[in-house]
Amino acid sequence: MSDIENINVLLEVQNLTVEVGDKRLLQGIDLVIREGETHIIFGPNGSGKTTLVNAIMGLPEYKVVDGDILYKGDSILEWNLTRRAKAGIGLAYQHPPVVEGVTLGLLLKTMVPDKKTSEEIARKVHMEDYLEREVNVGFSGGERKKDELLQLLAQSPQLVMFDEPDSGVDVDSIKLMVGIIRRLLEKNKPIRERKNGGIIVTHSGMILEQLHADKGYVIVDGRMLCSGPPLDIFDQIKKFGFERCIKEAREK
Amino acid sequence: MKEKDENLEEEISGLHRVGFDVTGETERSGSFLIADDKTAESKSKEDSLIVMPISFSLQVYDWVKDLLFSLVDREQDEFTKEVASQKELLGSFVYVKEGAKIEAPFQSCFFMHSQGFKQILHNIIVLEPGSELNIITGCATGNMVSLGSHIAVTEMFVREGANLTYTMIHDWGAEVVVYPRAAADVGKDGVFTSNYIALTRVKEIQSNPIAYLADGAKAKFNSIIYGRAGSVFDMGARGILNGGNSGCEIISRVASENSRLILKSYIEGNGKNTKGHTECNGLLLDEKSSVYAIPELKAGNIDTELSHEASIGKIAGEKLNYLMSRGLDEDSARSLLVRGFLEKGIEGLPESLKKRLDKMIEVATSREGV
Repeated sequence: MSDIENINVLLEVQNLTVEVGDKRLLQGIDLVIREGETHIIFGPNGSGKTTLVNAIMGLPEYKVVDGDILYKGDSILEWNLTRRAKAGIGLAYQHPPVVEGVTLGLLLKTMVPDKKTSEEIARKVHMEDYLEREVNVGFSGGERKKDELLQLLAQSPQLVMFDEPDSGVDVDSIKLMVGIIRRLLEKNKPIRERKNGGIIVTHSGMILEQLHADKGYVIVDGRMLCSGPPLDIFDQIKKFGFERCIKEAREK
Repeated sequence: MKEKDENLEEEISGLHRVGFDVTGETERSGSFLIADDKTAESKSKEDSLIVMPISFSLQVYDWVKDLLFSLVDREQDEFTKEVASQKELLGSFVYVKEGAKIEAPFQSCFFMHSQGFKQILHNIIVLEPGSELNIITGCATGNMVSLGSHIAVTEMFVREGANLTYTMIHDWGAEVVVYPRAAADVGKDGVFTSNYIALTRVKEIQSNPIAYLADGAKAKFNSIIYGRAGSVFDMGARGILNGGNSGCEIISRVASENSRLILKSYIEGNGKNTKGHTECNGLLLDEKSSVYAIPELKAGNIDTELSHEASIGKIAGEKLNYLMSRGLDEDSARSLLVRGFLEKGIEGLPESLKKRLDKMIEVATSREGV
């Protein structure tokens, strides 16, 4: 038995096939994430990356028509959103909704009853001045992304999923964002002590250089076509776009 | 009897839920309280603010009798007729002298603490030219009262350049029927603001206040209603823009849970350069609810500008899912969204009210508040 097999599996996605309405968006996806690991999902727009994380989170319009999702060994297909979130699954949305009338402070208070803690958390993403503002109302793209990380800090999930955390974020904020993502993924701890694992969806890969990830995949048209070291994949994408990966997959 | 008095005292101390504070902790310019058919309190801290039972005022000021039913038609319906038929008048008389700007809010409360009581009131409010007053009126039933009826005619006279804010907070019992009949005459450059808040169940409320506006006068009606548990709210507001440059806004924000809500608004633009706007936001919380928004605009002058907008819908699934994915259960997520929806309605209200309403909405939308 190799070393890695001794580390607990956090998430196992088996032959996952997902439909929204009557449209099939994912076909036969397999994925295993162990505690401490970070996996990167690449792919062109509309390829199914968001579908994958939304289906794992359990958004009801994403219907799993085949396959299974195991979280710490249990199938979670029958679990609703609340149960998944409470069990430790968290998602930083690509396009979070505006929630009129509900201030960020109130939402955090509902998630973390201790007011001091929520203020402390807000300070970490430099959003302490946003607590009186309604969630995402009038937020810029970058502010929404920061707000997503802030909410994840409050939720403190064990399986942390980030959907395009870097899109629309200005260069100055990227460093802060990466710092928070690292904290959420326990990158500051030795690998053996890490309990958290994560999935980062990106099509730019900009944050990759500042964040060590363990494995990368390319999803195209709902299928997982290639996998490998994330930086290598990113390099290939930079040089050849997604074409090479598609071609290789076809040849296989 | 003594036990009943003690109960009453205790219940009165609980009336802070509708804005009536007996502790003196909240700054008030005066107080007026009727419990069933007894005037329990009638006082003013300001020389320029006169407060007394309506029956006294008829003896003190000979002009008050001419105000009675000068704005509300006594023959309007069975309820106004019933008020008109009372031999001994019950109600409040609030009078602000010319130019007096009363800073602290004046509080009044019409309270029913006997089961099945029928409270019939006639209130007169007069603001002389250039004066200002902020009234917070709480209407409530006692803890043990589920059945009763409340009929009230309220006539308000906002003279030239005067400014009246009239906030009414309702908290009735499950089988209580409520028929307020209110009208305001707003003089030249006068301002009349009516805020109406009802967050608890009632059997039926039917109310359709009207404001008549002279040159340059402004009126605003804000309503925040959370209809629940079989309540029927038949609410309206009317602005009659008679004077040139007068304006009226009617804004309602309502959530309906197993309730029937009717929101009427009527603006009539008769004067030159008049402006009117009505807006209704409705949130339906279950299959058994209905919200019926009836905006009506009547332009009687080529130089009037009238508009309306309304939106009625359910809680967006996307928002519910978003909150649930942060670990909130469905009920808590719904409560939070309803709370947020209703709180949007208090944005334009005076600071002094906001905090209290915020708390009221929090209680009303929490599971304990149901």
